[in-house]
Amino acid sequence: MSSKIGAGGVIVGKSKLGVQETDSETPSAGIGKRRAGAKSRVAALAAEIWKYRLSYAFVTPFLLCFIAFIVVPVIAAVALSFTYFNAIERPRFIGWQNFQYLISQDLLFLKYALPNTFKFAVIVGPGGYIAAFLLAWLISQLPGKLQKWFALAMYTPSLTIGIAMSIVWLPMLTGDRIGYLNSILLRLGWIEVPQLWVTDPDYLMNAMIGVTLWSSMGVGFLAMLAGILNVNKDYYEAARIDGMKSRLQEIWYITIPSMKPQMLFGAVMAIVTTFKTGAIGVELSGVNPTPAYSGHLIINHIDDFGFIRFEMGYAAAISVFLLILMYVSNKLSWGLFGSKGDE
Amino acid sequence: MLGSLWRRRGRLNRMDGFQKLLTLLLIVLGAFMLLPIVYIFNHAFKPYHELFVYPPTFLVREPSLQNVNELLAVTSRSTVPMIRYLFNSVFVSGLAVVLVTGVSALCAYPLSKHRFPGAGIVFAAILLTLMFAPEVVQIPRYLVVSELGIMNTYFAHLLPLMAMPIGVFLLKQFMDQVPDSLLEAARIDGASEFFVFWRIAVPVCMPAVATVAILAFQNAWGNVETSALFMLDDEMKSFSFFLSTLTNNLANNVAMQGAAAVAALIMFVPNLIVFVILQGKVIATMAHSGIK
Repeated sequence: MSSKIGAGGVIVGKSKLGVQETDSETPSAGIGKRRAGAKSRVAALAAEIWKYRLSYAFVTPFLLCFIAFIVVPVIAAVALSFTYFNAIERPRFIGWQNFQYLISQDLLFLKYALPNTFKFAVIVGPGGYIAAFLLAWLISQLPGKLQKWFALAMYTPSLTIGIAMSIVWLPMLTGDRIGYLNSILLRLGWIEVPQLWVTDPDYLMNAMIGVTLWSSMGVGFLAMLAGILNVNKDYYEAARIDGMKSRLQEIWYITIPSMKPQMLFGAVMAIVTTFKTGAIGVELSGVNPTPAYSGHLIINHIDDFGFIRFEMGYAAAISVFLLILMYVSNKLSWGLFGSKGDE
Repeated sequence: MLGSLWRRRGRLNRMDGFQKLLTLLLIVLGAFMLLPIVYIFNHAFKPYHELFVYPPTFLVREPSLQNVNELLAVTSRSTVPMIRYLFNSVFVSGLAVVLVTGVSALCAYPLSKHRFPGAGIVFAAILLTLMFAPEVVQIPRYLVVSELGIMNTYFAHLLPLMAMPIGVFLLKQFMDQVPDSLLEAARIDGASEFFVFWRIAVPVCMPAVATVAILAFQNAWGNVETSALFMLDDEMKSFSFFLSTLTNNLANNVAMQGAAAVAALIMFVPNLIVFVILQGKVIATMAHSGIK
């Protein structure tokens, strides 16, 4: 695999080719099969499936649980989005009404939840992703013994989710002059009166972004750290001989291309966790909904309709909308990092 | 801890300038990131008059075991013995870690290395469901569990945990990096496909396996959802659920806060231990091998 350096992304495609070759099915035979009638096409597919029976046996245990507890419920939830459902009576089919209301009349959604989520996601998504990669890289540059402890430190906010997120930040951001941030800024003379960092609608969003960035070293970070450490050290050696000087060049030309699968994983996880964030605004400001809806994200909107107003059908419609939003963001990022092998 | 600090000292001398500067920088940042752990440990030993100081303090001034006693008093009053909750949690979490990692790896291997018909659909489904907000899925999932007739059994704890799409996604990404030549060589030597998977693909992807195990443990140990929704009898509920009920549904939120602080510590420590052990494994395997 000496060609790995410049072409990390192609590995996937290549590997699949490799398997195909071993399948002992020549391309001409495949075309011949396709030309035959529909009946034999079914037979060919059956034969193909039979040939891969071992693969199916491998995936079955996971797939059974996955279908039962995730796929079926998600499909049911999507179906609910076309109904009026208050969690007590039977769902009543109402067609596209939920979606029509959502994108044309739901002012809270259009004025607050949607723009807030956009602002939040545009900064936290890429910001958290880059921060996670950079920290993973910095940790990888340390001697081996220290790595574990720094990985622990960076992962701490994810390890203590909910317990400490707001509690650590509240003393910093408290609105009176006792708050750490206020007292520092006051002493420096940058502000004249204490600012209400978490209760003033003008500041809450920024506080949310800051705190979420702080806690963005999650599973994507762990994967990228492992990916960086996994890069064959010989490549760096070879590149150094070829005259590569700066560490930045190393990152760009060796590290990132050699760990595309992990970069991709990190990107997807960054998108998913960013869009699924919601509780932080309520935790920081201490009120639900947040002051003047300044921290109202799409997830808060779903919670609001799902668990407070008990309009599960409408909450499901918002979830479907959020899914589409994530899917689109995902497509954009896969365009950046994806290789042809992964659909 | 002191010993390892001392060893770090020794290592510091052998680092180059960049590493020294970097270590210093990361120590400052790391100390800040570690604050939640400091808080959890200190909070558990704060006497009541310190628990409610506003703004909250990180360090305890007069440490006491008052909260521990409170928790013990509460648990001795509970109708179901505490050991039963603990057993449920340990049993479910232990089994979940083994099953989740095993099942996820089994699924990720063919997804990455065999191009079987439907692989694309399976992978797309995994990604798409990852993106669905969990809120509205609860009611349908409840119906599935009750239709399957596994309410109030350990299956209802375990099976939903086993459907962890992130694990499959992560393992698949790592298996994509395993060179096919390695697998092919074993196949030519006559190794069965399961052997290739178990003795070659899994060991090479050990970092990912360990990461999935960390996640699986975190999910299982902190899991309150299956206890709240799928378990009818108290004997079947988990330790985490029991601890979460200490402060929920109380008229005022002063009572039991001390016990809750200790409970938070008890919930956190296993996570910490599992993470340190497994992450250590991740880094250790990396240091030795690396995919060539």
